[in-house]
Amino acid sequence: MANTGTEHTVKAFDTDINELRGMVAEIGGRSEQAIAKAMRALEKHDLKLAAEVVAEDKIIDELEKRIDELTFQTIALRAPMADDLRELIATFKISGVVERIGDYAKNIAKRVPVIAGTHKLGPASLLPSMSNIASELVRDSLEAFARRDADLALEVSERDQIVDDFYTSIFRSVITYMIENPKDIGEAAHLLFIAKNLERIGDHATNVAEMVYFAARGEPMPERDRGENPTDLLEEPSNGK
Amino acid sequence: MTELVDSTNSSESYTMTESAVPNISAGDGPLKMTTRNVDVFYGDKQAINGVSIDVTMDNVTAFIGPSGCGKSTFLRCLNRMNDTIPIAKVTGEITLEGEDIYAAKMDVVQLRARVGMVFQKPNPFPKSIYDNIAYGPRIHGLATSKDELDNIVETSLQRAGLWREVQDRLQDSGTALSGGQQQRLCIARAIAVDPEVILMDEPCSALDPIATAKIEELIHELRGKYAIVIVTHNMQQAARVSQRTAFFHLGTLVEYGVTSDIFTNPTQEKTRDYITGRYG
Repeated sequence: MANTGTEHTVKAFDTDINELRGMVAEIGGRSEQAIAKAMRALEKHDLKLAAEVVAEDKIIDELEKRIDELTFQTIALRAPMADDLRELIATFKISGVVERIGDYAKNIAKRVPVIAGTHKLGPASLLPSMSNIASELVRDSLEAFARRDADLALEVSERDQIVDDFYTSIFRSVITYMIENPKDIGEAAHLLFIAKNLERIGDHATNVAEMVYFAARGEPMPERDRGENPTDLLEEPSNGK
Repeated sequence: MTELVDSTNSSESYTMTESAVPNISAGDGPLKMTTRNVDVFYGDKQAINGVSIDVTMDNVTAFIGPSGCGKSTFLRCLNRMNDTIPIAKVTGEITLEGEDIYAAKMDVVQLRARVGMVFQKPNPFPKSIYDNIAYGPRIHGLATSKDELDNIVETSLQRAGLWREVQDRLQDSGTALSGGQQQRLCIARAIAVDPEVILMDEPCSALDPIATAKIEELIHELRGKYAIVIVTHNMQQAARVSQRTAFFHLGTLVEYGVTSDIFTNPTQEKTRDYITGRYG
């Protein structure tokens, strides 16, 4: 039984839930913006903008704390049940995940000073497209939360494969680049970390989507087939072994 | 598998309640009571509409629902307490161990010993603690000697978690105990006649949280020894003490299922609205 957003008899409960939903929208918006700014700083080699991303991460951290506090308080005071309980648990987990997305954006921003000119490196040309998709996933997963839309959440999870494919492609081309240009290995390694950060952002957007799906449907999101990933160093043991 | 005892049952309620009977699995213990298409009328007014439920031995079953939804009325059908209300009429089938409890040959006094009841307000007899417990075994002839009766009194009080608090003052009046102790005394009194089922009608609503916790712990300990059915207004309590929950609304059984499912992911909108506090 999904949450239809109908009002509770105790109006203060709705006030708390709406405040939480508002804060989730804000932390999501700020994280998404942090990714965009970090990538712009990288492309333009804009140190000031990069510093801004690092500084603004504190606001994201603070928001996470406030969301967690209000979630705890609401659970303790309102003893929520059913879809209310699922949504509050989802909110609590989402705030943590989105805060991590902010950290990845900050991590990208922190690399800006040390990779001057890397934007001219061949493999870097794929990064803006990859980051656009990753940002889109973050935006859509939070849109799914706002609309309590399990179908959109499922779609986000499926689209994460695109980000993974980008990562695989960048990984291969960076390795090739490193072999061919040993003097640029340091900068290329940073580039690889940035791609990895974006890949992790996609995974985290999927985590948000999974929470949204669970809150809406009351059951875990079906597992998607992740396909082959050449950067997986260990094979997962198959069932029954 | 279901017989329509009363031809006035509508096919609609039959279908709905039939699907509301959860599957009984091995962990639920033996089937103790079943109800099929139970209707209750107070005069012309229908209070219960085609309720079918299974009560098993190893589960505590909770009935929840807003005031006036019929949960207490339905509970009282399970040991024919509604017989005492002249205008009440019960149709449908209710069985205890496969026996129709509304059959003409059913001894109602015996039935109420087999299906004991604990009420909202503790109602000890104005007698000593000892006599409160000994009363039932005496009239049912369960003890042949004083020693045997003493033994029943002690065992019942122990099972109700009251023995240590009252063992030195068994001749004090039952009404002199605290509210929580009185309620445990009433549970001990029900246990004393060795029932198969214990019905509890909001047993904690007059008690403070500590006394309530003691009763809940007691319910947990009694589970499996007796089939327990509890009516409660406190949803957290239903969630804490029961393994099966039935939600009643306007005399119908809306949803009956595994308690953890009902409280985390109910299938019916009415159930959801009630347990999340959206009920109009």
